[in-house]
Amino acid sequence: MSRFGYVAPKSVADTIHLLHDCETRGERAQILAGGTDVIVQMRTFDREPRTLVDVKYIEELNRVSIEDNETYIGAAIPSGVLNENQKLKSLYPGLLESADLIGSTQIQGRASIGGNLCNSSPAGDTIPALIANAAKCLIAGTHGTRNVPVEDFVTGVGTNCMTRTEFLLGLILPRPRPRTQDAYLRFIPRTEMDIAVVGAGVSLTLDHDRVCTHARVGIGAVAPTPLLVTKAAEALIGTQCDETSLQAAADACRAAASPITDKRGTVVYRRKVVGVLCYRAGVIARDRILNGQN
Amino acid sequence: MAEAVREFTAIGTRPIRPDGVEKVTGKANFGADFSLPGMLYGKVLRSPYAHARVKGIDLSEAKAMEGVFSVITSADFPKENPSDMSCNILAREKVLYHGHALAAVAARSQSIAEEAINSIKVEYEVLQPVLSADAALAEDAPLVDENLRTNGDESFMPSNVAATVHYERGDVDKGFEKADYIVEEEYRIPSAHQGYIEPHACVADVNEKGRASVWCCTQGAFEVRNYISEVLQKKISDIKVTPSEIGGGFGGKTVVYVEPVAVRLSELAGRPVKMVMNREEVFRATGPCSATVCRVKVGANKDGIITAAKAWMAYEAGAFPGSPVTPGCMSIFAPYDLKNFVIDGLDVLVNKPKVAAYRAPGAPQSMHAMESAVDELARKLNMDPIDLRLKNAADEGTEAPYGPKYPAIGLVECLKAAKVHPNYVNKPAKDVGRGVAVGFWFNIGMQSSAEIWVAPNGAVTIMEGSPDIGGSRASMCLMAAETLGIPYDSINAVIGDTESTGFCNLTGGSRTTFATGLAVVRACEDVIAECKRRAAMTWDLDTEQVDWENGFAVPRPGVNIEAEPLSFAELAKTAGRTGGPLVGRASVNAQGAGACFSVNWTDVTVDRDTGKVDVQAFTAVQDAGRAIHPSYVEGQMQGGAVQGIGWALNEEYIYDDNGVLENASFLDYRIPVASDVPMIDCQIVEVPNPSHPYGVRGVGETPIVAPLAATANAVREVLGFRINDLPMSPPRVLEALDNAS
Amino acid sequence: MSKVHVELNVNGQPEEVLCEPQQSLLDLLRDELHLTGTKEGCGTGDCGACTVLMDERLVCSCLVLAPEANGKKVVTVEGIADQNGLHVVQQKLLEHAALQCGVCTPGFVVAAKALLDKNPDPDETTIRYWLAGNLCRCTGYDKIIRAVQDAAQELKATTTS
Ligand SMILES: Cc1cc2nc3c(=O)[nH]c(=O)nc-3n(C[C@H](O)[C@H](O)[C@H](O)COP(=O)(O)OP(=O)(O)OC[C@H]3O[C@@H](n4cnc5c(N)ncnc54)[C@H](O)[C@@H]3O)c2cc1C
Ligand code: FES
Ligand code: FES
Repeated sequence: MSRFGYVAPKSVADTIHLLHDCETRGERAQILAGGTDVIVQMRTFDREPRTLVDVKYIEELNRVSIEDNETYIGAAIPSGVLNENQKLKSLYPGLLESADLIGSTQIQGRASIGGNLCNSSPAGDTIPALIANAAKCLIAGTHGTRNVPVEDFVTGVGTNCMTRTEFLLGLILPRPRPRTQDAYLRFIPRTEMDIAVVGAGVSLTLDHDRVCTHARVGIGAVAPTPLLVTKAAEALIGTQCDETSLQAAADACRAAASPITDKRGTVVYRRKVVGVLCYRAGVIARDRILNGQN
Repeated sequence: MAEAVREFTAIGTRPIRPDGVEKVTGKANFGADFSLPGMLYGKVLRSPYAHARVKGIDLSEAKAMEGVFSVITSADFPKENPSDMSCNILAREKVLYHGHALAAVAARSQSIAEEAINSIKVEYEVLQPVLSADAALAEDAPLVDENLRTNGDESFMPSNVAATVHYERGDVDKGFEKADYIVEEEYRIPSAHQGYIEPHACVADVNEKGRASVWCCTQGAFEVRNYISEVLQKKISDIKVTPSEIGGGFGGKTVVYVEPVAVRLSELAGRPVKMVMNREEVFRATGPCSATVCRVKVGANKDGIITAAKAWMAYEAGAFPGSPVTPGCMSIFAPYDLKNFVIDGLDVLVNKPKVAAYRAPGAPQSMHAMESAVDELARKLNMDPIDLRLKNAADEGTEAPYGPKYPAIGLVECLKAAKVHPNYVNKPAKDVGRGVAVGFWFNIGMQSSAEIWVAPNGAVTIMEGSPDIGGSRASMCLMAAETLGIPYDSINAVIGDTESTGFCNLTGGSRTTFATGLAVVRACEDVIAECKRRAAMTWDLDTEQVDWENGFAVPRPGVNIEAEPLSFAELAKTAGRTGGPLVGRASVNAQGAGACFSVNWTDVTVDRDTGKVDVQAFTAVQDAGRAIHPSYVEGQMQGGAVQGIGWALNEEYIYDDNGVLENASFLDYRIPVASDVPMIDCQIVEVPNPSHPYGVRGVGETPIVAPLAATANAVREVLGFRINDLPMSPPRVLEALDNAS
Repeated sequence: MSKVHVELNVNGQPEEVLCEPQQSLLDLLRDELHLTGTKEGCGTGDCGACTVLMDERLVCSCLVLAPEANGKKVVTVEGIADQNGLHVVQQKLLEHAALQCGVCTPGFVVAAKALLDKNPDPDETTIRYWLAGNLCRCTGYDKIIRAVQDAAQELKATTTS
């Protein structure tokens, strides 16, 4: 009879070995970061025994490094810890806000960005914010590591591009250009403790004439996967991100969305509100630049 | 308002509750905190279908499993005339809702128990489920219970309507003819769950002679004893129930789910069995409250006098009869002095869990309808909503719609207090909407007993049987302190098990401070009588010649004797020499619980782009009769207000087309969190209840009634139109805004 | 059955326990160490009744696997009061009658203490958001928030004097 197991490897190589061993034996292995998705699933709809591979003792998954042209964020760092990093917060306020929205103070003591991404829910809060920040996923496997743009990482509801013998080491974010800011907003019926009904992340770069030179927009919970909305970005680039262009970006998000009706919201609702949030997040990112937060 | 001269020394103060330290340090034992040596873990198999015939159950694998000690189905319950409760606890021929219990096991560990449950094979014939009152009332609706006839009348064809309720007075048609304005609307509310934080839990231990000891979290240990006795056809004297601390109930822990199962499992296993529901089971299989449809028509003349009112309502009972449609009908017009009305109600079976009481059962739904309609009337009349209610308010002597004449009640006082309350006088800002509504609950009395034991140092123990869900021990101690004239700190209150205290009905119906409080006061008076007797003996006087004043026995004025007053402590100390320990006791079947009215108003904003309603301010004014411990009265008002806000805005049972509850977790069944709500301002009004020595009325249930309509009326004010159905969740509000534009 | 050996420190005491790998830290505390002050309201991270501090960070003990607690320092509600008596947060919860049934209280005690340790002067909004993962169905939160505000005041007064 198969049983649960728990292992806590100390290195990337050991982890790959473990995953590989389980794979060849035909046993189920699952990476455990903060456990706020894994354990909930184990207690509810996915009770099948497995070996849990705790990756929190691996250096690569716990490191933050901020270099001149890029930033690396270890996959397993709890959002509560990330949010104590003022440097990160000033570089990617929207991303950090998205991590700060996950669950309660208690959940944030454990929940990681890597877990949020690998859980690959359409509603994962950090994913649109990562998309807006053009993050790349650093994935380790038997043949070394590879990079995948975050918008290509999630492939469907709860599925992603990693094989069973791969795992996520961390996220690589380009250092924001001068006069760049991001913002993330989500809609939930309460003020806390809900899964996003809709989410939108926006990153903007404005030149000194306040004209937008670069933009990225990511949206969540309105399609089987979080989406990069290029058309929304195009609606903003070359404008001053005024009401008209923000409205156009909002409409582009609505057009890109293919939501469903479920217990958390309806098709009509999600489509409408994704535009509202894109607009509002755009205003926040724009005003962050104009108010000289960077 | 001028502060009244204090009549009391203890009552009305706010001391720390006697069980407080244990509760802030984690030492208090709740339902799941109790364990016994050799204990097994029980688990339940639940139906994956909302409606199905059970063709066969194969338990063989579970029974053979290492570590499994007993496995039961309803076949292991007594066969003859099972009660609805019995069939709810373990299904018989049919499973009647998704999550309906069907079998149970007891095993050495939780994981073995779970494996055993998974190994049970059941063959079902899936039937079409009935998932709403509308569907249940439709012609050709599938029958939840093929043998059910309305009101038990064999001359009817079987149907899903278990019972009908009817009240009327005067002539409604004539009344509506006299009306200048009429409002007629339909309001729908889905089921909500009580949402107590502690899941149901118990440990049962049956000895070799069949005597059962049960520890559980319940609102009434004696009721649990009765239920176990009924379901298992066991002698009451063979069952002992010890109530643990209870982590919330709100009506949901007035019935049993796991206790009889644990007893039967223990009986067969010969070992103690612990059963703890998980949160998903609590949502799926314990009583939520009724989903309802209410149609109301109200008419008023130009002066704002309501000339007629009519109501029709259907309450979903779940899979077994017994929705609170009767109290729903009785309460709908209770705040008003009406000459002409008709009320009709239906108790309707559907394939959903059997509903249980939830705070003022039935009233929030029906009164939401009436209070929304009255709000619309006020708008038509261009009249302040409090003024309109004052014009029609029931008062002492008014004949209640459900029959009796009201004794002294506090509705008018509450309305008047609200009208001049600074939070009401200050008008809301632009874009902020205010809504007002009235709440009501009957309250009940029933049976309670209490004993008072006096230690040689004058310390007092109160022994009573009402599980303390909200600080009632403190209120008992305060009433005892007041009556005996001794310090609050020298008194402790203990909740006994069914073999250490006299019979006591459950904590519910807002009866504890009233009825058990009455028993405590009477028991204290019994002690005082004894104290007077002992003092009289000491002084060689007749008992009639001794008075009791502020904790001292004193010779009655005019009695010619040189005697120092004898304190309670001295009498206690010398009790051994004057006839033995001081004890007092009393039992009551309390009458005249005294209805409780409230007025609530709230200020809200609405985000027109997302449909989200934000509660900015909330004020509750309520008649407590007499607030024994004002903080705990306010606590009831605040807790009820927030439950009501939750129900109005986000709480709802969401089912899919197969009758599977889609939001069986606190993540998606959205009770308010701390950041969702503002402070809840309270004003306690005191119109003493003539049937209680200190004037107590129950205060626990009324608080949840008014917030539904108050919130709906506030949203109505901001939006400029009404959303009749609850909850006013963001998608519903946004859809309404879209439709309106 | 393959059990895992877990060594941890609970409320200052070293403890050793054998657990099943899928058991939670909450199960370990309640069933193995008989520290039943930490409550289970949901088992899925939604209610906060199981709140403990693990290596000085607030977590839901229902969402920590027992083996994950190996080598950790855990503080539960039983470890909040000390030889000087109740912690201010506990005292203020009592004085404000901020508990009715009291089953949520252990979680609130641990979470509120952690807040005040980190931020001695939180405003009402900060307190409400910090405690948003602690559900209370009885009180409507009003008195809990006031108790925490009052505890902060008192802590400030005692540290500045
Ligand atoms: C009460 C509550 C509230 C929540 N609220 C929110 C919310 O507001 N917004 C939101 O987005 N989510 C929310 N969640 C979900 C969850 O907390 C987040 O998705 C969280 O970020 C998951 O991170 P984790 O570290 O706990 O992941 P885990 O649970 O450890 O893992 C999640 C998944 O990712 C896999 N995984 C983790 N790390 C790696 C890795 N390095 N490589 C490969 N696979 C990996 C795991 O195997 C698992 O499948 C909530 C959960 C709870 C219990
Ligand atoms: S029991 Fe852990 S959060 Fe509810
Ligand atoms: S006091 Fe009962 S849940 Fe908080």
